[in-house]
Amino acid sequence: MRVIVGVKRVVDFAIKARVKADKTGVVTEGVKHSMNPFDEIALEQGIRLKESGAVKEVIAVSCGPTACQETLRTALAMGADRAIHVPVEGAAYETLQPLAVAKIFKKLAEDNQANLVLFGKQAIDDDANQTAQLTSALLNWPQGAFAAKLSVEGGSKVKVVREIDGGLETIELNLPAVVSADLRLAEPRYASLANIMKAKKKPLDKKTPEELGVDIKPRIKTLSVEEPPVRKAGIKVENVDGLLQKLRTEAGVTF
Amino acid sequence: MLRTGLVSAPTAAARLFSSASARFASTLVIAEHDGAVLAAGTLNTITAASKLGGNITVLVAGASPKAVADTVSKVKGVSKVVAVEHAGLKGLLTEAVTPVVIAAHKKTPFTHIVAPATTFGKTIIPNIAGKLDVAPISDIIGVKSEDTFVRTLYAGNAIATVQSTDAVKVVSVRTTAFEPAAATGGSAAVESSSDGAVDQTQSVFVGQELVKSDRPELAAAQVIVSGGRALKSKENFKILYDFADKIGAAVGATRAAVEAGYVSNDLQIGQTGKIVAPTLYMAIGISGAIQHLAGMKDSKTIVAINKDPEAPIFQVADFGLVEDLFKAVPELSSKVKAK
Repeated sequence: MRVIVGVKRVVDFAIKARVKADKTGVVTEGVKHSMNPFDEIALEQGIRLKESGAVKEVIAVSCGPTACQETLRTALAMGADRAIHVPVEGAAYETLQPLAVAKIFKKLAEDNQANLVLFGKQAIDDDANQTAQLTSALLNWPQGAFAAKLSVEGGSKVKVVREIDGGLETIELNLPAVVSADLRLAEPRYASLANIMKAKKKPLDKKTPEELGVDIKPRIKTLSVEEPPVRKAGIKVENVDGLLQKLRTEAGVTF
Repeated sequence: MLRTGLVSAPTAAARLFSSASARFASTLVIAEHDGAVLAAGTLNTITAASKLGGNITVLVAGASPKAVADTVSKVKGVSKVVAVEHAGLKGLLTEAVTPVVIAAHKKTPFTHIVAPATTFGKTIIPNIAGKLDVAPISDIIGVKSEDTFVRTLYAGNAIATVQSTDAVKVVSVRTTAFEPAAATGGSAAVESSSDGAVDQTQSVFVGQELVKSDRPELAAAQVIVSGGRALKSKENFKILYDFADKIGAAVGATRAAVEAGYVSNDLQIGQTGKIVAPTLYMAIGISGAIQHLAGMKDSKTIVAINKDPEAPIFQVADFGLVEDLFKAVPELSSKVKAK
């Protein structure tokens, strides 16, 4: 079995986004980037499937500028066997959207005869939560979004426990399938120094969207990006009585 | 006069065209339900749909959709209800529901297909969009026009206005950003069918393990009492439950509290959990990380109780109390009037 894992390079989760003065987007230059946290989880799950013997090869894929190769080297250091970088630069990258990314993954999944495509459930920059679902639609493969557990059942099925609003749901998908990782699917490992060194020798190929025959033109125009409204400064109360009094007089609370 | 008429003709034609396209706007709302009860977020989604203009059709797909279809037919603003019954729709798996939606869209093409941005909607909306080769738009918080929507990026730290260039707009709706539609006052016709489009060959619904609770549902609660890592243990959460029960509140939690195993993960509020906007949000022992604020900062009144005066939560709190929660919460509990 062969697994493809999508890994996105995003502004680090601990950094608070700043909106550009011209309202065209968020400042990303000179800001720390790292692998999208959900993608780390998806990748960890892929590597564990390989370690359990259920999977033969794990391929990490990232779409974007040259700096994405760092994200792919991280994936290789964690345990991916090889990587594919789909270069998309400048303005084309600024407007690269999940539908285009899904088309790239569809082609790569077919070309590499993948049985399973893993993604994080959402990227923490655009918060779209779409790529896995779109990829499953384009491939006409079943999907298991928001996976909290994933197990391969025999050679032809996966069992997915999904996180849903009221609790958990269990489904079975016929392979090939697309699964997106929720936070609790797996605890990602740290790459050891030895593995970081080894990762430098692992294969990292390049495939442009043109070579893959994918049109990446955006379907959605961003008209403006603005700061959210700022909440007016609050007050500190002295004690529980002060808090209750404020809530009753100013917040209309009846208890 | 004639000349003027001729000169202005293209403008008149353009106006006619744009009003005609507005008149033909028609929206399909995909109802979320558990087989017996309509999920509350569907009503908020219907309000968002009403802002698009045009007719609203609600699709109720399920193993036994009749009761929910009747409920939906009474909702104000709904023009038509399509109830699709099929045993394979149990659990509303994407592989079963998407073909039903596509079949309905083929029969009477819609300009918009929308669902609540709950787990259900987030799962199915992009899949439908993929089948139609259009770019979906997630979790909208505002409708500016038929093709222009407002949504948040970067954990709520940026607000984007986006315009779809696709013929069909496939959208999920942040339910807390729209008022619920009135559950009565409507009288839509219900059209029932047993649709053959359901695909049962790809996936199987095995079962669900739902967390039972007598407390209000988080997404719809007026008051939420939420706890973080500072609660220190699963047992200590009892003081929040006791307080919440006394005032009729729902209980929420941070990712840290969920990961530490203090509460189950369906209670998580934040960028990666649920997004809530209650009348009153009480953050107890919560520092206020970016990811948590993303899920609650649109609450009407925010209260923070934390012993660290530097905790970032105090920057968004309307009322802050710097005190040990293990002292403050029991005291609050003893001083509130029971509901």
